[in-house]
Amino acid sequence: MIKIDLKLFATLSRYLPENADAYEVDENKTVEELILDIGLPSGLVKLIFINGKQQKESYLLKADDRVGLFPPVGGG
Amino acid sequence: MAPSKLHHRYDRNFDTLSHEDQKKLCNFRVMVLGLGGLGGSVCEMLARTGVGHLIVVDGDSFEASNLNRQLLSQEHLLGKSKAHSARDRIHAINSDIMVTPLEKKLTQKPGKSNLYENIKNIDLVVDCLDSIQTRFKLQDAAEKASVPIVSGAIAGVTGQVTTIFPKDKGYELIYGSRDQVPSQGIETKTGNISYCALLVAAIQSSECIKVLLNRGDILRNKLLIAELWSNTFDIMELA
Repeated sequence: MIKIDLKLFATLSRYLPENADAYEVDENKTVEELILDIGLPSGLVKLIFINGKQQKESYLLKADDRVGLFPPVGGG
Repeated sequence: MAPSKLHHRYDRNFDTLSHEDQKKLCNFRVMVLGLGGLGGSVCEMLARTGVGHLIVVDGDSFEASNLNRQLLSQEHLLGKSKAHSARDRIHAINSDIMVTPLEKKLTQKPGKSNLYENIKNIDLVVDCLDSIQTRFKLQDAAEKASVPIVSGAIAGVTGQVTTIFPKDKGYELIYGSRDQVPSQGIETKTGNISYCALLVAAIQSSECIKVLLNRGDILRNKLLIAELWSNTFDIMELA
């Protein structure tokens, strides 16, 4: 197992698990699998940032990754 | 006010902005597209900073539901044109600024957009729109016209800002393929709170001045995300 720092923005925050800042996952789990694990309905996540850089759902998680998931924001 | 007093209008911009900067700003033409929570405040800040010509665009009139956040909205203006109210507000601040109000939806009809015709001679567009699909249409027109875009979007107490130059991927990086994007984001659920709108408008205004003066760090291929419940401010690299 590895630990990641998980942050869910805006309306996604209600799905934040306990110990999100040191959340334990299997090494090389994908972000797509992580999203399923925490019960986030598919389609709610529009942007994935790992360590401040945009990544795809297929990204393989590594120890100490800072993971940010972000919904679509379009208001003016 | 006597002209001698107006002469000191920009004294407190100095020396963050030099006299040379101030002269340059007088000669720029900037379009503020959408005059809601973001656009009204962007007008206010660009006018006070000294941008010389503002083209202010919105086809809507003020409604009671605007009063919680839209700086230009006032009870006595309910039912009045946002574009003309923006002109009146800007002229109340600075009567020397040239203001062109356009009371129409420039991108309303697919395939019949007159957006390009209206932006081809301007220096910068500030995207304060409330429709994701319309943002893509704006990017098409801006690319054709070789005009940069400073884009802001808000939902609840979350906001984002990016700057898009011609040939950049732009909105596709943020919202995904244009064929699959929804018209609107989570703001249909969260609403929009005044202080978040003003915060994002301030960041957009700052970005405008930097792009116009070619100074400072630009949010090109980057997304600044602010989330106020957690006091989070992140700059993410888009790729």
